[in-house]
Amino acid sequence: MISFGTTEEQEVVREAMRDFAAQALRPLARKCDEGSAIPDDLLQQIWELGLTSTQIPEAYGGGGEERSPVTNAIVLEELAHGDAALAIAGVVPSLFANAVLDFGTDAQKQALLPAFCGERFHTASLAVVEPGAFFDASRPRTVAEPKGDGFVLSGTKTLVPLADRASHFLVVARNNGGVDAFVVPRDAQGLSIGEAEKNLGLRALHTATLELERVEVGPEARLGGEAGCDVRRLLDGSRTALAAVMTGLSRAVLEYCVPYAKDREAFDEPIARKQAIAFMLADMHIEVEAMRWLTWQAASHLEKCRDASRAAGLARSYAAEKSLWIADNGIQVLGGHGYIREHPVELWFRSARTLGVLEGTVTL
Amino acid sequence: MIDFNLSENDEKILAGVREEALLCRKYARHYDENEHEFPPDELPEASSWKPSVKRGEPSPEDSSMPVMSMLGIMGRHWGDYSVRLRQDRGGLGNAALSASGTPEQKTRWGGEVLAMAITEPGCGSDPSRVQTSAVLDEETDEWILNGEKIFVTTGCRSTGVVVWATVDKTAGRAGIKSFLIMKGTPGFEVVHKEKKLGIRADDTATLVLRDCRIPRDQLLGGDETVKQKGSGGFRGVMKTFNMTRPAVAAMGLGIAEAALDFTREQLEEAGFEIDYAAATASLPAPVAKFIELEALFEASKLTVLRAAWLAGEARPNNMESSVTKAHAGTAVRRITQGCIDILGPMGISREHLLEKWLRDCRITDIYEGTGQIQRLIIARGLLDYTRAELK
Ligand SMILES: Cc1cc2nc3c(=O)[nH]c(=O)nc-3n(C[C@H](O)[C@H](O)[C@H](O)COP(=O)(O)OP(=O)(O)OC[C@H]3O[C@@H](n4cnc5c(N)ncnc54)[C@H](O)[C@@H]3O)c2cc1C
Repeated sequence: MISFGTTEEQEVVREAMRDFAAQALRPLARKCDEGSAIPDDLLQQIWELGLTSTQIPEAYGGGGEERSPVTNAIVLEELAHGDAALAIAGVVPSLFANAVLDFGTDAQKQALLPAFCGERFHTASLAVVEPGAFFDASRPRTVAEPKGDGFVLSGTKTLVPLADRASHFLVVARNNGGVDAFVVPRDAQGLSIGEAEKNLGLRALHTATLELERVEVGPEARLGGEAGCDVRRLLDGSRTALAAVMTGLSRAVLEYCVPYAKDREAFDEPIARKQAIAFMLADMHIEVEAMRWLTWQAASHLEKCRDASRAAGLARSYAAEKSLWIADNGIQVLGGHGYIREHPVELWFRSARTLGVLEGTVTL
Repeated sequence: MIDFNLSENDEKILAGVREEALLCRKYARHYDENEHEFPPDELPEASSWKPSVKRGEPSPEDSSMPVMSMLGIMGRHWGDYSVRLRQDRGGLGNAALSASGTPEQKTRWGGEVLAMAITEPGCGSDPSRVQTSAVLDEETDEWILNGEKIFVTTGCRSTGVVVWATVDKTAGRAGIKSFLIMKGTPGFEVVHKEKKLGIRADDTATLVLRDCRIPRDQLLGGDETVKQKGSGGFRGVMKTFNMTRPAVAAMGLGIAEAALDFTREQLEEAGFEIDYAAATASLPAPVAKFIELEALFEASKLTVLRAAWLAGEARPNNMESSVTKAHAGTAVRRITQGCIDILGPMGISREHLLEKWLRDCRITDIYEGTGQIQRLIIARGLLDYTRAELK
């Protein structure tokens, strides 16, 4: 059945996240961006929302609530409406935990998940992106070679979120013609974690480069054991989550521009009464709607365990193009003021441009 | 609960629609090249043809009626814009009749094919400037209409027309009422049939009213309110557009989907793999372009389904209807133009239908309120502006 009807619970969650984003995230977004850091107590505050632990089964110490990718997409849109970098940082723990939940063996779940169920912020991270031009997540250059019954990992990963705080990394690598993911502890021999990367946007989100120089891991490191892990599906989830973040960011731009344009006057009337401005706002609204429905469609396919690659791919590429267009024109609506760092639109523009090249940094 | 899966029964119904549409497509080129002919009320196959898929039992998993209606429209237009196994009875005027007619009027004219005549040589986007006049002759209890209406869809083939006319030129929108005029009424004439870029099998006509007299009760919605200025007349007729905007979007999207399907076949035949998981930078240019067009299509279609779903929930969908039409209006233009980019010479050859689909779907952004008019409606909603504040 085609339905856009949210459940009552989804509406409650949406309200709660909207309030949290407005009160805890938006006011700190500029400071975190300028300082290229997120204070520990903010991460702790996000942690206390229980985004990660409540969705881990009770057997591993979690809250045992059913995980709904659709609800999580709604949550991400709301958090990213506050700030995209802070929203992403907040769900990095889930990025790792959900992958283990979805693809891990029981032993891997036992070993890795309880750490995510404590009271204090805990994270591990996902290493997907590789440096250089023409990166393609479905064709990584990082490689896993068999050695004994284990593997040797070699390659370079970049844009690994919260690499400074992660206890483990889930490294995506080529393995025997296919693609797999390997759990690598941060103190593994041969693994070096670089300095904080300096990027155009999402500056608050710490990311780093990982060098893997013949890192040896045992057979238990391969996510999913003998069966391996469906990396394609992992990426489908990540793409859908990115589209949700882009939707929230785009809505933030629109909602900032509307009152501004009604207030700002030029040639004897509010600029909003000029069609050149009013139509830009209308197009922003049209595209925010369109990208939200694309995101929901992909999330719903993930939730119902249907093939989501097409839906997720289309949602991500469409949202990437349109969110950039919206943020770009957000600056235009504010004119020179949009260019000044006193207003958030230039930050949103840098975030949008950065989000468009990310993979594997968010999850549902 | 949020869901994007069709039920088994939904799928069966739509598969039947597509089969029938494919049959109609065989005639598409003929009625495009022979603009003076109308497609028949029934194709020769009508009596013998049956869909190979049977409808299943209805289930609670089925999509709502408005959603299925939009998907059905897409399916039929995917076959061809105009040719039908059996022509649909009813035009835009019928929608106006069921939205604003009195119960009596609905029974009396419900069986007719009614066109809708708003546009005039001097006004299209701004119907409040309608100049066609209606004057009540108290002695005979008749309305006397004078004026010219252009671009009337099914103007030739309809049995009657709903005409917008003003009873008070100084009153603007408030003075506009709609009137039912049947063919054969003295003083009412079809004077011209347009030649068009596309949708050539659709008749688009000019109508002239010269001292055309109709009984008083042929005012749509009854005439009790005529004397009161500012009555709901204009608003009443504008209501008609609430489900027709998504429907017009769906028509265009059906055509755009045909173009995408044709292009996909050609790409696959040439050995291209359409890989949605690959990065754009590692895709061959035609495939990257194709995926971009597909995303545009999917986005547009979802706005239509959302507006229809709202209607099914009996929730207001005025802004959402404009979103569908504004989005699809540009999407279908870009999609069909882009498919020709991908296919080159094959795209412009009249041996294939792609060039026809480009011409046919170009109307989507024009009638039922241009893309600009839809953006006006959306912007007013967003900014909480009145018509006077943003026009
Ligand atoms: C094939 C076909 C079938 C049709 N069928 C019917 C029918 O059945 N019944 C009927 O009544 N009409 C019908 N129409 C008419 C159609 O609805 C009008 O053509 C349409 O509304 C535009 O009006 P116009 O052509 O007068 O353009 P105009 O109103 O002259 O507009 C010209 C341009 O100016 C723009 N514009 C106008 N106002 C504004 C504004 N305020 N802000 C920004 N831009 C603006 C428009 O978007 C457009 O781009 C049909 C037209 C065609 C081509």
